[in-house]
Amino acid sequence: MCPEQIIELMHEYLDEEITPEHEQTLREHLQSCKDCEAVFNELKKTIAFVRSVSYMQAPDNFTANVLARLPKEKRKIGMQRWIKNHPMLAAASLFLVLMMGSLFSTWNEDREFSVTKQKNLVVQNNTVIVPKGETVKGDVIVRNGKLKIEGEVQGDVTVINGEKYLASAGHVTGQIDEVNEVFDWIWYHIKKTTHDVVQIFENQPETK
Amino acid sequence: MDAIVKKRIKQVIKGDQDAFGEIVELYKNSIYQLCFRMLGNRHEAEDIAQEAFIRAFVNIKSFNQDLKFSTWLFRIATNLCIDRMRKKKPDHYLDAEVAGTDGLTMYSQIPSNTPLPETELESLELQETVQNEILKLPDKYRSAIVLKYMEELSLNEISEILELPLGTVKTRIHRGREALRQQLRYV
Repeated sequence: MCPEQIIELMHEYLDEEITPEHEQTLREHLQSCKDCEAVFNELKKTIAFVRSVSYMQAPDNFTANVLARLPKEKRKIGMQRWIKNHPMLAAASLFLVLMMGSLFSTWNEDREFSVTKQKNLVVQNNTVIVPKGETVKGDVIVRNGKLKIEGEVQGDVTVINGEKYLASAGHVTGQIDEVNEVFDWIWYHIKKTTHDVVQIFENQPETK
Repeated sequence: MDAIVKKRIKQVIKGDQDAFGEIVELYKNSIYQLCFRMLGNRHEAEDIAQEAFIRAFVNIKSFNQDLKFSTWLFRIATNLCIDRMRKKKPDHYLDAEVAGTDGLTMYSQIPSNTPLPETELESLELQETVQNEILKLPDKYRSAIVLKYMEELSLNEISEILELPLGTVKTRIHRGREALRQQLRYV
């Protein structure tokens, strides 16, 4: 019977951890001992068998099934990924949200009565009066109040969230605007901005 | 590849499930194979392999990022398999062949009127024999042999996965090899 030590050397060899001297001993022994050579070959064959069956693929949909079983993702992450994937849309919607927000807040904040300051304008409670026979120069804007025009306004008249009475003797040289709804208000803002911008361009040549 | 895995893990820690999907894709075949070789049943293997990934996801914050992710994942899967094996009756695997339904590669469920080429049939029989002999190994030898020869992992990695000293891992592989040799020598 061969020494147990030879079996140990075989395992060292199979673990690829054998020293050159041990390998020499093993080879010499195997050449002289048929039994040990057979065992050694059987071991190598066994390993080859085990290795030969070692390729397996996970079933179809494996990954999808795992993901379906995970606890719910935090919404924050979903948002972040959406923003990453659609940067333009994200920027556009952010712009829209801020824009709408600021418009609504100005609409809601401006609940107080106010009027442009001009000579000859008479204010009684929440009513602004352009008295008979008087002439008001420039644009008149009234917020959250009434406007009675009995005289003349040389300019535009705008009434926001209020009413205006134009007496038969009253006269307005420019445009008359009444703004009562949120969308009118937005429209009014857009018109005003455009008008201002146009005026800046129109005024430029004069400043030169 | 390790760099990609590390990056994905950072995303997973933040809660990104898509990044985890990529990790599953990378390791699904090895983890599924490990479970199948340990349990011998496709349904159980799929169930436990999925469970391993889910545990990895849930516990990702406790993963030490200095370690190899695959080592940690293999450890989770191996432990789940061993738990499952201990709950089963010892020779439950005998009827596992019936339960593994679409097992063309493993269980020759070939209609008898369509003869396969002889070599293919032999290779199917060999696969079946090898798998059955592996399933007969005691679980501590089985895990070591599967990790070594089917997952092709180094002895050091196996020792980290099983959380055992290197010497113990070697002894288990030696005994496993010897047991398999006894069974497969006349094949």
